[in-house]
Amino acid sequence: MLDTVVIPLLKIAVLVNAVLVAVTFLVLMERKVIAWAQSRLGPMRVGPYGILQAIADPIKLILKEDITPVKADRHVFTLAPIMSLVPALVVFAVVPFGPDPLYYIGDINVGLLFIISVTSIGVYGIILGGWASNSKYPLLASLRASAQLISYEIAVTMTLVSVILTTGTLSLVGIVEAQQESGIWFAFIQPVALVLIFIGGLAETNRAPFDLPEAETELTGGFHTEYSGMRFALFFLAEYANMIVISAIVVLMFFGGWLRPFPNIAFLGFLDLLPAWIWFVGKVFLFLYVFIWIRATLPRYRYDQLMSLGWKVLIPVAIGNLVVTGVFKVVF
Amino acid sequence: MTDDTKPGADAPGEAGGAVSEPAAGPAPDPPAAADAAPPKAAPPKPEPAAAARPKSEPAPPAKPAAAEAARQAPTAASAKPAAPEKPAKPAAAAKPAAAAKPRPKPKPKPPPEPPKGPPDPPPPEGMESPAAVAAVQEALPDAIEALSYWVGDWTLIVRRERLLDVLELLKTHEAAAFDYCSDVTATDWPPRERRFDLIYCLYSTRLRHRVRVKVRVGEDDAVESVTGLWPAANWLEREVFDQFGVNIVNHPDRRRILMPDEWQGHPQRKDYPLEGPGELLMENPQDWLRVRNLPDEAGTDREPGPDTEIE
Amino acid sequence: MTVPAPRVSTTQFDTNELVINMGPQHPSTHGVLRVVLRLDGERVLDADCVIGYIHRGVEKLCENRDWTHIVLLTDRMDYVAAATNNLGYVEAVEKLMQIEVPRRARYLRTVLAELQRIASHCLWLGTHAMDIGAMTVLLYAFRERELVLDLFEEFCGARLTYNSMRVGGLPLDVPPGWDRKVRSFCDLMEGKLDDYETLLTNNRIWLKRTRDVGVISAEEAIGLGLCGPPLRGSGVSRDLRKDEPNAAYEEFDFDIPLGTRGDTYDRYLIRMEEFRQSIRIVRQALDGLPEGPIMGKVPRLLKPPAGETYHAIESPKGELGYFLVSDGKSTNPYRFRVRPPSFCNLQGLKRLVRGHLVADVVALIGTIDIVLGEVDR
Repeated sequence: MLDTVVIPLLKIAVLVNAVLVAVTFLVLMERKVIAWAQSRLGPMRVGPYGILQAIADPIKLILKEDITPVKADRHVFTLAPIMSLVPALVVFAVVPFGPDPLYYIGDINVGLLFIISVTSIGVYGIILGGWASNSKYPLLASLRASAQLISYEIAVTMTLVSVILTTGTLSLVGIVEAQQESGIWFAFIQPVALVLIFIGGLAETNRAPFDLPEAETELTGGFHTEYSGMRFALFFLAEYANMIVISAIVVLMFFGGWLRPFPNIAFLGFLDLLPAWIWFVGKVFLFLYVFIWIRATLPRYRYDQLMSLGWKVLIPVAIGNLVVTGVFKVVF
Repeated sequence: MTDDTKPGADAPGEAGGAVSEPAAGPAPDPPAAADAAPPKAAPPKPEPAAAARPKSEPAPPAKPAAAEAARQAPTAASAKPAAPEKPAKPAAAAKPAAAAKPRPKPKPKPPPEPPKGPPDPPPPEGMESPAAVAAVQEALPDAIEALSYWVGDWTLIVRRERLLDVLELLKTHEAAAFDYCSDVTATDWPPRERRFDLIYCLYSTRLRHRVRVKVRVGEDDAVESVTGLWPAANWLEREVFDQFGVNIVNHPDRRRILMPDEWQGHPQRKDYPLEGPGELLMENPQDWLRVRNLPDEAGTDREPGPDTEIE
Repeated sequence: MTVPAPRVSTTQFDTNELVINMGPQHPSTHGVLRVVLRLDGERVLDADCVIGYIHRGVEKLCENRDWTHIVLLTDRMDYVAAATNNLGYVEAVEKLMQIEVPRRARYLRTVLAELQRIASHCLWLGTHAMDIGAMTVLLYAFRERELVLDLFEEFCGARLTYNSMRVGGLPLDVPPGWDRKVRSFCDLMEGKLDDYETLLTNNRIWLKRTRDVGVISAEEAIGLGLCGPPLRGSGVSRDLRKDEPNAAYEEFDFDIPLGTRGDTYDRYLIRMEEFRQSIRIVRQALDGLPEGPIMGKVPRLLKPPAGETYHAIESPKGELGYFLVSDGKSTNPYRFRVRPPSFCNLQGLKRLVRGHLVADVVALIGTIDIVLGEVDR
């Protein structure tokens, strides 16, 4: 009873809260980092250096009036943000924060497959949200979103397959342990896959330069144009939670998860003084920083260019990478 | 208003030859006959024009002038040592303005008669017209009503019926090559029979010269659109149609452009009331008329405007 | 890559055209421009611009104001390049009255106009880049624009609507030490321009978004009446600073950058080069700044002789023309007409966007650099 129900429930409660708090601070971090990149200060009013902004923002969003347009499809309109957020949170069930079973909720042997399938559901939230708004800009945005997410899904999955080929397991814990055994992060073994996943991840999370579904300079607000208040906040949370998910996947698969750098060199053993989960979270935030950095730097792709990048570059390269990996696997 | 600075006093000596009054307006002006009367009855068409314009003038005549003089005084004084050449005229012009300040009896002065049209001074004797203008003179002598030169700008005044011929020649003739239509605009001279001057500012990107073509049109006269020659004229002509109500025909897209589609009247006409319509008119014309006919606080004699003005 | 012609829907699918209303409240229509787009998917079949949302009747207003007071109203048209608007107007009146302007005033006017060009182009660069998604450039460009505004503030006390010129010269001489500050700004600006170009010029995404977007040939650009950088982007060498020099431009040495392809990227490069040429002109003007009065011989009451004139200058947006008619009797202009460059350039938008995607529409609105205050007047 304790092991099967109470402890997992506690873990879930802690994890969900941790993720949501992390998201609010991620938003603050994004605002601050972009502000520094743009020679501004960013939020400075709420709390010292604007730190409490992370709390003020959600409160503001919760207190705001939640408007449903008259012509919207009410049920779907309400369902869409939930459909968007829930998968983003569910994914964390299989993300291991450390080697010990204490640090993850479940280590299922098809962990990676689980992540891929569950994140795909999140797309429905965006599509339905845009469609249910019964408004033109959201509709265009949701069309963009569906095309974009589906095509990049293919590239990302193809790339993941090549990583699976090297490890031979779908379990995320197993993948990290494989990196410990080989003594080297997969980033150095599968650099092409890393780049592909990273680009695909940007596109999957609708981040710049692939933020077409919410390109505010083109489609006003994108798919969430008609959303306000808490429902908008749910979309917002989902986007940032997805960013964390993608960063976590990249870290787990290519940067050794909770492992310290060069996990097999005893000389660097003092690095183990930091707990494993700190290494993991640190690496994840490093990647989130890169996400934000990219957003501050690059212009936005155009819809057709995005699609041709996905189909004409990423997918062929992913297949090529898969073939090369397979050949190496057989030969050596 | 400040009629004491005689119109003759500022006739330019330097630029285009002092042309007092060429035969521009169709009729010799019966001075002020029209606009001394308008306050009372609602005379049919052109009068509101006259009324609208001088209305702002007789009441505060000296104020802008005085303020102007006061404000400009220091700068003008400091500028005195400079530009010693031809000081005579500006000084002469400034003197009477200053002298007008005491204003012994500003009231009884009759309002100035509205201008009857631009002077359109002809080029001075012996001045050779540029090749482009000469080409039109040669090819289409019957199309040109007059020729004007003023402060370095040449203007061809063209008969309405031949407008397109002239413009096409100007565009295609190799000595003209006016391939760029800078501007199309209009000027309203209400008392004149053909009240609008339609003005085309042309430019040649190859020869880098300019010319203006002017055509005088009445309120109902149809003017051919020039969008076929210069697509650039599309919006410019729409603006002329919108703001002046010039009847431009064969335009591909003749709609209002700056004003809302359902707007009444043409704001740039000189007889368009300076205050009044707007939202109130669109909501309730009767309210607007009532407000307009109230005497204002200053107690000046604001005459009720003729109802016909609103349309 | 060339953009294929708009595809007419075939019979297999029952497709509908989507009419979408961009503006008047939209983040990237630069004010209250409204563009009604007819779309096939995301491809634009046709566009119709609806303007006039901030039409204030400036022309009519000016016809009921003193010749002197009008300077102040011209500020309100192209409010991001107010000094250039002032310059065009006062020069038109000077032409009408045949007033000689002292050389120092003409030099200072040139400096002001070129600083204004830098400020206006900063705003263009920032918003254009922002529309395409590069948001950092916006903040950078505004940072430098603030410096120009500081210079203007020191000169005339205002930061946006300067009222900085008078018929016959300038209202004020520049404060002592101002030229040194302008010089140091010029030095700083050159470095910042390199920063902007690092972010954009060779950026692959920027290239993809701007290359071959909104291509227009020289003949078509001339026919459509485009002016300023959009016209020069198509390779037409027309810059009124060279062709019909006003202020003191004939005394300075500068180049007119020209494009070759007539696409958005060329127009971008041209404006980037114009920044540098403006800095060059400002430096030359400050080096050769003559001593002397700043106000010409002007009558106290402006009352130009009866007559009319058209005077055009090169504003940051293109040919800014003033057509003035004086009746010789009153102290107001009888007719005051502005030839707004943004208005004429905006007319070309319909032609530029046809066959492109929705995302290009915002890029193209950005590239023609409109200010709605000037379009609607």
